[in-house]
Amino acid sequence: MSTRVSRSAQEVAASRAQSPHTSMFLRMLVRAAILRRGRALSALFAMVVAAAVATAMLNLYIDVQAKLRREFRNYGANIVLVGKDGASLPAKALAQVESVLAGRGVVAPFALVVARTSDGQPVVVAGTDFGRVRQLDHWWSVSNWPSGPLQALVGVRALSVVSPKSQPFDLSFQGHTIHLTSAGTVRTGAAEDSRVYLSLADFVAWTAVQPSTIEVAATGSPEEIATILHQLESAIPTADVRPVRQIMEGEARVLGKTRATLLAAAALIILTAALCVLSTLMGWVFDRRRDFAILKALGASDRMLNGFFAAEAAALGATGAVIGFVAGIGIAAWIGRVNFHASVAPRFSVLPLVLAGSIVVTLLSAILPISLLRRVQPAVILRGE
Amino acid sequence: MFVRLVYESFRRQKRRKLLAGAAITLGVTVATAMIAVATDIGDKINRELRTIGANLLVTPEEDTLDVEIGGVDLKPPSDGAFLNEADLPKIKGTFWHNNITGFAPMLPVQVAVERDGHIENLTLLGTYFAKKVSFGKEEFTTGVRSTHPWWKVSGAWPEDSSHDVLLGERLAARLSMKAGDEVTLAGRQLHVSGILSSGGSEDDQVVAPIALAQEILGKPGAVRRVYVSALTKPEDAFARRDPKSMSGAVYDRWYCSPYPQSIAFQLQEAIPHSHAEQIRQVAQNEGAVLTRIEGLIFFVTLAALFASALAVSAAMATAIFERRAEVGLMKALGAGKLAVASVFFAEATLLALLGGLVGFATGGMLAHQIGRSIFSSEITIPAVLLPVILAIAVVVTFAGSAAAIRKAVGMDPVFALRGEL
Repeated sequence: MSTRVSRSAQEVAASRAQSPHTSMFLRMLVRAAILRRGRALSALFAMVVAAAVATAMLNLYIDVQAKLRREFRNYGANIVLVGKDGASLPAKALAQVESVLAGRGVVAPFALVVARTSDGQPVVVAGTDFGRVRQLDHWWSVSNWPSGPLQALVGVRALSVVSPKSQPFDLSFQGHTIHLTSAGTVRTGAAEDSRVYLSLADFVAWTAVQPSTIEVAATGSPEEIATILHQLESAIPTADVRPVRQIMEGEARVLGKTRATLLAAAALIILTAALCVLSTLMGWVFDRRRDFAILKALGASDRMLNGFFAAEAAALGATGAVIGFVAGIGIAAWIGRVNFHASVAPRFSVLPLVLAGSIVVTLLSAILPISLLRRVQPAVILRGE
Repeated sequence: MFVRLVYESFRRQKRRKLLAGAAITLGVTVATAMIAVATDIGDKINRELRTIGANLLVTPEEDTLDVEIGGVDLKPPSDGAFLNEADLPKIKGTFWHNNITGFAPMLPVQVAVERDGHIENLTLLGTYFAKKVSFGKEEFTTGVRSTHPWWKVSGAWPEDSSHDVLLGERLAARLSMKAGDEVTLAGRQLHVSGILSSGGSEDDQVVAPIALAQEILGKPGAVRRVYVSALTKPEDAFARRDPKSMSGAVYDRWYCSPYPQSIAFQLQEAIPHSHAEQIRQVAQNEGAVLTRIEGLIFFVTLAALFASALAVSAAMATAIFERRAEVGLMKALGAGKLAVASVFFAEATLLALLGGLVGFATGGMLAHQIGRSIFSSEITIPAVLLPVILAIAVVVTFAGSAAAIRKAVGMDPVFALRGEL
């Protein structure tokens, strides 16, 4: 290449037209990698590992929020709708809530009255939709869910009052009596233990009381949930729409702290990986000071040399980043599968970040030794001193 | 001669040694910090999860059924059994007392308030706000401010010894009252120190020091239920077994594990005539969240260890590769493979120990910093880990150097000296 300088301008122009410059350049890049396979491979390996780890960490960092939110929805409702001043909610309220949610969560209606047992004891009876409650309140420990009409789910503490021998029992409300059988018991450690649950159809037929409470477990970010709250307020003006602060605040705190920890860990890991690449590559470039000296002795300009090593480093960085990205996505998906039982979706938005980061690190690790070598006479290097 | 070789190598090649040492130090720092964070994260997140509220509830054993809708207790106040307030400090005397972060007794009573000329019935909830309680020599502060951290008060929290009350925000709006007003409840003129926002049924209630509720009810020392907030271990099949069916050693193991069940069992033992149960909504779910987060941090720690091992190996390999000429010279002077390798390994060990020590110290500081800035509490690394970390550092440094040393030792001294490799 630089030897061509002595040729006539015409020849140079002709050779440029066929772009042997580029092909020579490429050839040197490729041959350098092939001839020193071991060193090049170890540098590429370091790059791939670093890129893979960085990709996996960033992917997890982005996804952990969604994954943990899902776990937190097992805590049940984060929004409660209550009829103002204890009044029942309009009959179409449930459908309205569902249309606002549009699939972003689970809803369950509850209607409550105080009924009397056959010996006059007061007991709270609730009407609800068992299918929805099963999805909403995962922590209910139920021995057997009711499946037919006039079957009741009895709280463990209520059991001794309404049906101590698990026999069929009667409940009366405002002169109306209902005859029920106990399908199973429910244990929650809270108010539910003292209640008797019926299907909403049985409940309404018996008491003519419509649901006064709708519990909503909405999924989404705090902003999305705030929007849902507003939409619910305007959709059902007769209801008090209350966020369950206890759940929402706890969730926000735990999520925030977990993400912060993960971010700190990711920063440390990426820094370490970058350092690993830096030291491997610097060794590799330093090792090739002979090539450098020969090129220089043959008259290559500093710009040319810089370009050559930079191109080499960038090519290595880009290749490593792409392979590492694929591997990293695999790792993140595997961790998601093992830990959250749901795979972490690949985030392609991470790719440019990883690619740019890799190229910057490789360029840095190529330029540092070169700027050191540039000050040295080629003869000194060639003599192995 | 051997010692001198190693010593001179450190003295004369300061820059190279510094580079390799820095890589080891950084690797050990990251590893130490991540191990410290990973071992402590469960406890930290467990404490954060306590912001969701108490996970255990203690009620009187012979209680009648609760008749409560929307936070309004419809049960006649004289009905049912009570716990004795004097028994409560014993909660701190149970086996897992260090895991109990707080408790709050509750005593709801019905009171009448006059509004626009007509009488309205309200619930007044007596509780501890931040009461100083002592058990034996131990003094601690407990109450709703620690067990119900989502309760927000505009104004001031009442003193537990005072007769000041909080008004729930919806109730305050109905009565059009604000902090600093006086309210007449159950024939008493009471000072409203603040307005409470809880997002729950307390927003329609009056919350007062428990002594006031007991006075109104006329039952000194009465407590209807106690919320207990405890750090627990996720429940497993063993936790769900019935303690009565266990034999001695198994029972001891169950009793000495901080499962929600075993802590509930101990609370029942500590407080006479009580029944303690986990609040499943809180207790069951925190196990799942905790397991997920711990699992995640475990994998992240593995990644960190892997990355630091790789960084140390890379630095060592580079450092040795640069010293081929030296190896050539040693071999030309008649040094055997073993002699050359042992020089390198001795150097590697020294570097690993030095880097490991510095890394352990900085890693400890880093973990401390992470704990302070993220969890605003301490993360300390136990000193017992030092030998383990040092051993890991030496092993990783050895492993990282092994390939390079083998290659260096196997070189023909002629080529090595001519720099043709």
